[in-house]
Amino acid sequence: MFINQISVFLENKSGKLAEFIKLLADENIDIQALSIAETQDYGILRIIVDRPDDTAMLLQANNFPCKLITVLSVTVPDTPGSLTNILSVLAENNISIKYSYAFFSREKGSACIVLRVENNNLALDVLKKAGILM
Amino acid sequence: MSRDELNALQSERLVKQIRRVYDNVPYYREKMKEKGVTPDDIRGVEDLHKLPFLSKSDLREAYPYGLLAKPLSECVRIHSTSGTTGKRVVAFYTQNDIDLWDDCCARAITAAGGSNEDVVQVAYGYGLFTGGFGLNGGSQKVGSLTLPMSSGNTERQLQFMTDLGATILCCTPSYAAYLAESAAETGARDKIKLKAGIFGAEAWTEEMRHDIEDKLGIKAYDIYGLTELSGPGVAFECEEQKGMHINEDHFIAEIIDPVTEEVLPHGQKGELVFTAITKEAFPMIRYRTRDICVLNDAPCSCGRTHVRMSKPMGRSDDMLIIRGVNVFPSQIETVLLNNGMSANYQIVVDRVNNTDTLDINVEMPTGLFTDSLSDISAMEKKLVEALRAMLGITAKVHLVSPKSITRSEGKAVRVIDNRKLY
Repeated sequence: MFINQISVFLENKSGKLAEFIKLLADENIDIQALSIAETQDYGILRIIVDRPDDTAMLLQANNFPCKLITVLSVTVPDTPGSLTNILSVLAENNISIKYSYAFFSREKGSACIVLRVENNNLALDVLKKAGILM
Repeated sequence: MSRDELNALQSERLVKQIRRVYDNVPYYREKMKEKGVTPDDIRGVEDLHKLPFLSKSDLREAYPYGLLAKPLSECVRIHSTSGTTGKRVVAFYTQNDIDLWDDCCARAITAAGGSNEDVVQVAYGYGLFTGGFGLNGGSQKVGSLTLPMSSGNTERQLQFMTDLGATILCCTPSYAAYLAESAAETGARDKIKLKAGIFGAEAWTEEMRHDIEDKLGIKAYDIYGLTELSGPGVAFECEEQKGMHINEDHFIAEIIDPVTEEVLPHGQKGELVFTAITKEAFPMIRYRTRDICVLNDAPCSCGRTHVRMSKPMGRSDDMLIIRGVNVFPSQIETVLLNNGMSANYQIVVDRVNNTDTLDINVEMPTGLFTDSLSDISAMEKKLVEALRAMLGITAKVHLVSPKSITRSEGKAVRVIDNRKLY
């Protein structure tokens, strides 16, 4: 399925992440997943939240450069080998992954894999054809 | 030469120079007319204050040929300041200008103990920059064996220094410090025959002097100059090392209040202003250097009667000298704006291991943010490249959060210079 992710520019400086998280907490926004790609000076924080549109507006109002991005989310059984299937299918179809992260699903015993690819629809199609996605 | 004799010589040369410039350079003629002064009003050095000032903006306006006082057919060379768009100065030289410039540099080398027995290693850049050619000409005039190394390639510098027994080193003080460290590391220190160094083109402290002197086992001399006035050799240190003697038979020095433009007596701190009385192709009349310093006309125990200037203690404009290169914050701003960045930036200059560092903090523009780390780092690289093209030196760019750069009274503090130079 497609889900909305928010990507945020954060300076790589102590206290910045705390400041950011508090801003969301104060607005009662629930963070379901969080991942950070960092360089020496800055990082890109990627989050899945319960209210993406509200979050984006809140961040813009507080001068955080951010973007709403549609990413692919695949729920798989939390067992060894699950991720291999997905990655093999994408590789066989020459679909490259820009980045990915995973988190426990709310359904017991399964995990969510977030995938950022060039063409979401194409990736969705091949995963459906392979029977990985319904 | 006694001060009285010098004054007479300066007056004679000044009167001739003003007449010649008035007759040959429409730009100067207009400036003098605006001020209501004619060549007849200038009868000696005491009338200098009647003449209009010349500033960097005049040079920009008159670029490239507007201040030329000789036909191009009589010019033999061009030099230029550190390739800085918008602020570039292109200076012209007749053969006579070059000869006199060589003389000035020869005096600096002689004052540092140089003679035809010496091997002078010139590790200033050769090219449009005046450092290399200036000291090269001076060294040859003295009769020293001249090694035109140009800057960079430290390994080769040290090899030639030891193999060919260089006795006098000419380069920027920061490069001298770097060479000294490399010499210590590679064990070349014991094979070096250096006795003196002539270091200029950037600000340096007494501590740095002692550091270089200790590490290389030499005496380190300061030299001052600017492209507008030929290049290095406008002033130089003698063995007393208590200020730089100005070559006053070629350059008349004044100190002014940079705000009121009033001439200040010797001993007071102010902006240094020069009038070139022997230069032919590119004469500068009352040129405002923007360097803040003090003149000292007390007799020097070395015997030279020429007035001494202190090391520059600062600038009366916002120019920074970084690794010997002139940098204006406005140039950095231009690059940032041209690349879609915001005008909120901060320039941080420091000196680490005797080398200047230039860091630019830029606020990440909300509109340019993308989800891709490689896109953002490509944007940073593009900025670094554009800055290098504009400034001629490499700057480190750091992206920071929007609105994070401190603003005082609504205006950002643009430049933080952490170097302790003055």
